[in-house]
Amino acid sequence: MAVLECKDLSKHYGNAPALNHVNLAVEPGRIVGLLGPNGSGKTTLIKLANGLLTPSEGEVLVCDMAPGKESHACVSYLPERTCIPTWMSVKQLLDFYGDFYRDFNRKAAEEMLQHLNIRLTQRIKQMSKGNREKVQLIMVMSRSAKLYLLDEPIGGVDPATRDYILSTIITNYNPEAAVIISTHLIADVEKVLDEVIFINQGQVVLQSSVDEIREEKGMSVDALFREVFKC
Amino acid sequence: MKWQFSSDAPIYSQLIAQIKVGIVTGAFPPGERLPSVRDLATEAGVNPNTMQRALTELERDGLVYSQRTTGRFVTEDQAMIASAKRSLAERHIQAFLEAMTHLGYDREEILTLLRQEEIKGGEDNGSSGV
Repeated sequence: MAVLECKDLSKHYGNAPALNHVNLAVEPGRIVGLLGPNGSGKTTLIKLANGLLTPSEGEVLVCDMAPGKESHACVSYLPERTCIPTWMSVKQLLDFYGDFYRDFNRKAAEEMLQHLNIRLTQRIKQMSKGNREKVQLIMVMSRSAKLYLLDEPIGGVDPATRDYILSTIITNYNPEAAVIISTHLIADVEKVLDEVIFINQGQVVLQSSVDEIREEKGMSVDALFREVFKC
Repeated sequence: MKWQFSSDAPIYSQLIAQIKVGIVTGAFPPGERLPSVRDLATEAGVNPNTMQRALTELERDGLVYSQRTTGRFVTEDQAMIASAKRSLAERHIQAFLEAMTHLGYDREEILTLLRQEEIKGGEDNGSSGV
């Protein structure tokens, strides 16, 4: 059973179309890259799956449900911009996540934080951008969700932090859950992906496995992307 | 072990090649237990399903075998390891020959160059011994 399904899904903002009759399905156990140039509809798709936007046409199903209270319990979402309350200390943030999400594994989160030498008394406000991103990702990945929606998890951080974030995603891999990573930094994420979805001007132009692309086209996903989206 | 990937070949086939090198060079010694799929995937920075696929393929070739409860092990069959070594060597030689042919050398010239290199290498060893 697919954990995310879009059926003829469209979204316009006023007259401007953002998503145009999108059909796709993501199976559990997959790490999927949602790849497309700026303004292609990646964030719109993720927001629709989260119920932050409502479809103009068609439907989106998360764990077989329309987005709502029940579906939120099985989705772990990393927004594009850091959204954790910055006045909190790490300990308060852990309490906060524990209160909100039944599937939050506090022990796992504490271990990962300790590994980064982040003290529980430290306030989010006092952290560097990189550390804030790491802390937020740790929170998101410490839930045992069925669907992880990560919107630009590696944008704006240094390469070492990128590696850390990607390895955190791999270590927390769960065969019953799907991870969707939206990004345009393809070369960095390519190795951790099972499959990719290319999206352009609100339409899915390709859904394929990474190794299929490499086998059939003899080029990396990054190279294919540059070819498909050549300006 | 250091993992490196080129952009033109499928990742699982590059994993297979690198694990083979690991087995042949003794980074993964015969009879030794391999790290778990997840640990290997994290170490190589690749998708766990891709690592699984590579290991399944190595298992089919017989270079690794799995024991239901205890994990995956490197074969103890020395002949099999030797033949894997040989086929890796052949691949390097093929690539070398192709590159040299591309540069315009014929087989005879390539052999002459190799012998010259061999003599040079011998001299180096000799002088360092004195």
